[in-house]
Amino acid sequence: MERCFPFQTSVTVYKAYTRVESDANTIARALTAQTAETDAIRFLVGTQSLKFDNQITNEPKRLSSENRVLTCAAVWRMPPEWESGSHESPDDSSNNPQTLELLCHLDNTAHGSVACVLWEPLGDGKRVISLAENHVLLWDLQESSTKATISSTATLEGKGQLKFTAGKWSPHHNSTQLVTANDTAIRGWDLRSMSQIYCIENAHGQLVRDLDFNPNKQYYLASCGDDCKVKFWDVRHINEPVKCLEEHSHWVWSVRYNHSHDQLLLTGSSDSRVILSNMVSISSEPFGHLVDDDDLSDNEENQQEDKGKEPLQDSIIATYEEHEDSVYAVEWSAADPWLFASLSYDGRLVINRVPRALKYRILL
Amino acid sequence: GDGDLPSATTPPDSDPTGRRRVHSMLKLYYGLNEEGTAAEQAESLDPCDINGPHFDPEVYLNKLRKDCSLCELMDHESCMVKQIRSLDSDMQTLVYENYNKFISATDTIRKMKNDFKKMEDEMDCLSANMAAITEFSARISGTLQDQHAQITKLSGVHTLLRKLQFLFELPARLNKCLELQAYAQAVSAHRRARCVLQQYSHMPSFRGIQDDCHVIMEQLAQQLRQKFRDGGSSAKDLSECVELLLQLDEPAEELCDKFLSHAQSRLEADLQGLEAELKDSAFTDTGGGSVQKTSPGSNPISPSSSSVINPFLSPTAGTDILEFIDRGCNEFVSSLCLVIASYQELFINRPQEGELASKNIPEMANGKLHVFVDTLAARYFSLVERRIQEEKGVGDNSLLVRALDRFHRRLQAITKLLPGSAVPSHGTEIVVRAARERIKQYLSALQTFYHDSLTDVRQALAAPRLAVGGASASGGGVTSKDATPSLPELLTSLSNFILNQLKSVLASVHLFTAKDITFSNKPYFKGEFCSQGVREGLVVSFIKFICQSSRQYCESAGDRGGSTPPALLLLLSRLCLDYETSTISYILTLTDEQFLVQHHTPVTPVTALCAEAREAAQKLLNHYVKVQGLIISQMLRKSVETRDWVNTIEPRNVRAVMKRVVEDTTSIDVQVGLLYEEGVRKAHSSDSSKRTFSVYSSSRQQIRYAPSYTPSAPMDTNLLSNIHKLFSERIDIFSPVEFNKVSVLTGIIKISLKTFLECVRIRTFGRYGLQQIQVDCHYLQMYLWRFVSDENLVHFLLDEIVGSAAHRCLDPSPMEQSVIEVICERG
Repeated sequence: MERCFPFQTSVTVYKAYTRVESDANTIARALTAQTAETDAIRFLVGTQSLKFDNQITNEPKRLSSENRVLTCAAVWRMPPEWESGSHESPDDSSNNPQTLELLCHLDNTAHGSVACVLWEPLGDGKRVISLAENHVLLWDLQESSTKATISSTATLEGKGQLKFTAGKWSPHHNSTQLVTANDTAIRGWDLRSMSQIYCIENAHGQLVRDLDFNPNKQYYLASCGDDCKVKFWDVRHINEPVKCLEEHSHWVWSVRYNHSHDQLLLTGSSDSRVILSNMVSISSEPFGHLVDDDDLSDNEENQQEDKGKEPLQDSIIATYEEHEDSVYAVEWSAADPWLFASLSYDGRLVINRVPRALKYRILL
Repeated sequence: GDGDLPSATTPPDSDPTGRRRVHSMLKLYYGLNEEGTAAEQAESLDPCDINGPHFDPEVYLNKLRKDCSLCELMDHESCMVKQIRSLDSDMQTLVYENYNKFISATDTIRKMKNDFKKMEDEMDCLSANMAAITEFSARISGTLQDQHAQITKLSGVHTLLRKLQFLFELPARLNKCLELQAYAQAVSAHRRARCVLQQYSHMPSFRGIQDDCHVIMEQLAQQLRQKFRDGGSSAKDLSECVELLLQLDEPAEELCDKFLSHAQSRLEADLQGLEAELKDSAFTDTGGGSVQKTSPGSNPISPSSSSVINPFLSPTAGTDILEFIDRGCNEFVSSLCLVIASYQELFINRPQEGELASKNIPEMANGKLHVFVDTLAARYFSLVERRIQEEKGVGDNSLLVRALDRFHRRLQAITKLLPGSAVPSHGTEIVVRAARERIKQYLSALQTFYHDSLTDVRQALAAPRLAVGGASASGGGVTSKDATPSLPELLTSLSNFILNQLKSVLASVHLFTAKDITFSNKPYFKGEFCSQGVREGLVVSFIKFICQSSRQYCESAGDRGGSTPPALLLLLSRLCLDYETSTISYILTLTDEQFLVQHHTPVTPVTALCAEAREAAQKLLNHYVKVQGLIISQMLRKSVETRDWVNTIEPRNVRAVMKRVVEDTTSIDVQVGLLYEEGVRKAHSSDSSKRTFSVYSSSRQQIRYAPSYTPSAPMDTNLLSNIHKLFSERIDIFSPVEFNKVSVLTGIIKISLKTFLECVRIRTFGRYGLQQIQVDCHYLQMYLWRFVSDENLVHFLLDEIVGSAAHRCLDPSPMEQSVIEVICERG
């Protein structure tokens, strides 16, 4: 049920009771942005239902669908007319959902149920990682992605039943690093040797639910978990988190950095709230203005500068309470850096914009 | 017959009257006055009074004749005759006597006339002799005058000669004195001669003497200096020495220096003794560190079980501080005082005479003395401070206070001796610093104590679970009972321990301000010490510390997964709450009263502290809810995650986990009930456990998911569930709890059920899996409603759980409500 949202709508609340044909409640759990698309704003929603085919509401290129019964993963192709990207009338797409073309299954029956599937963040899209139980599987897609073979694996050893809960492929270091979460620990992996490079034990008091890399600072990492906290790590100094937020009142299921302005951080929690925070102090963008700017500025800019100079504090920009059930996923749009979507259990997809005042403040 | 008549008429008994008349006449003659004269005169006017002057015989006779009978007249006449006769004889006697006296007087006068004539002749002879003597004497003195003048002259020469002899003999005499070491005599002799010699030094002979004397005196001075330099001589000798040298015109400055350096060497020895002791004690201290320090009896306040080095034990390996200070006072300070006193006597207070006065010695000497005292005192102080710093143990404060008192008191002597000196004020500063340091030590000791107490409480809390029988052995510090202590008992014992400890510390610190301590009336101890030191630095800091450390329990425990036992959190929370309500104000009032704190400087108000304590209590209670919620959550989560819900058998029983959840909740309820009040709950229906649930399950819940497998009315479900959600309020899962049991339990149950819900949502259920969830939820419903403030909350969450499970069910055919009830009631 992905759509293009016109730029004019500053805030659009969009109910994603997406299945046209669905007769039952649609229980939604997964959400992603179509990252290959730069013109249209498009989100993919994954559902979690047993009786019907789980639907992926948009282009399948970067998506995993989880079906707990089958515990499988597959690679899909998005409908060809989107690939051409020429025409998208909103009416069109909303009324006629395209079906996705199944390219191949990632056959991992030997390794148990899949927790998540990750595309290589850069490159030609030939490699996929899936996390299944306590295995890391690196797949090569061949023959136009119709065939997937395991190229290498790694297994997490330890006492007890270890199970990955989340993972993220680092966009830095030439895509050679992976970070995973299991229980309360966060682990970093080197994909070349498929070996563990660091481990943050007890990163959270309880289960770690999600991870995200700062897109602009290669050693910075955000994590969230059942202890209601969002923590920021510098993986070079793993003893203490760089920063810790405690704004949610229940488990935090999802955390996302804005792709362009990494001080903007989105979190979704099962307390039904989405929180947008402004983490200036640990962002890649410097505080206020650079010294160079002073030289360039004339009088009229000075005034503005004064305003800009009041230090931007780390702060919550907004708390969105439109959802009525647990929010399981949040995602920034790939095309518009000021737009984001959040998805709750009851299938409601809410799309919001960063407040205009803040946007100008960041841009100017 | 006339003559006869009067006498004849005079009655014989008037004789005494007549005699009296004679007496009075005699008296009149000799000029004696008698008082009776007036009466006599009055009488005498009567012409009939025979004795009166106006007596008229004619009248008298006529009267007699008229008045008296013959017989009476006859008697009268005879009486009169008798009287006349006696009067005559009296007269005769008197005349005879007077005559005799007259004759003898005449004889005497004649004899005297003869004697006087003889005396006159002798007097003439005497005056002639005297005139002769005068003449002779004048003649003699005239002849002797010349000789007298000569003799006077001779005696003057004699004196001069004796003086000269003294001068000539002087060198020899000085030498002798030198030999005998009678330096004082020598100097006084020399002083007598010095001026003369100086005056006549142009004469060769005197010059010789003078030179000799110089040499000798030089020698003498040398000897004196030598003696001065040798340390051995006593202070008295020394001062004598200095006095003599001064008289010998030795430069005073040099003498001062020498005197002081000499004194310094002795004082240095004292200081070195002290330093050696300091090193000794430091050495034995570190050496003895490995040896177990065991002096339990002296220690009133050790939590018994701590095997760590107890800060309340004082390190008494070396000499104690009182001894040290005593030694310092007795050796160093008193000899310093002695030096000051003798120095002042020698150089400053001595009567200034002649040339010495012009040199302004006292001023110079005073300056030197101040420098001297200051440097030595600085060294002494540094030693004392080092010793004080070693005083780490806070067991017996009185020793330190007494030591400081003595230290301070002895320095007062210097104040008296040396009014302008900065030494006493430095001493006071040291005392102040020591007091400050002491407060810090007490604070840290209190903090350690608090930690130890908490450790003991922890052990006591852990003990019943580990070994019920032998619990008393491990946790003996907190409770002496052998039964496992209950939470309220632990709470009261803990708070009593802390309070008592605080009180004893206050009492110890109070020693600093005792009246008999000399420094207690210094402004610091009156003001800042009480308010900033004790109140802020000790009491307020300690309370803040309690709050802070309590908060730390919340944070650290969160990351390490509940290393703090929840009961401890609950206990601390109650402790903080008690502090907020009463203890803080009690402690501060106590402090203010004991120390008479006058709030010159702004102090932390009670309300701020109370707010802090309340915040800590709130945080702890929130954390308690979180931890307990987490424990139950984990149980529920494990139970959901580890089970294969698709291929499960038809439910026969409530799962054991649910029973465990209810049990745990009940025990938490009991635990919280021990420390917190019940709290208010919303009124609920009389039979909530059954009726409400049946309504819920038969109507709402059924509607909720039944249509989901009845394709005929798909939109109904959406609509209904959404309408339902529209009216239900959002539930804040981790919301702050109130200080009562119901609120705490509500929080815990909310967290647990929410976890249950989230876990159910990511599982897949078979038909019997769903039915099992139904049974479990019904069971929970039956028991949990009574714990929460609003039972609808439980309904709502359980409703959601069953609903979510239905959504994730492959074959959602729910169990009959009646069957569910039967199963639940059975187990």
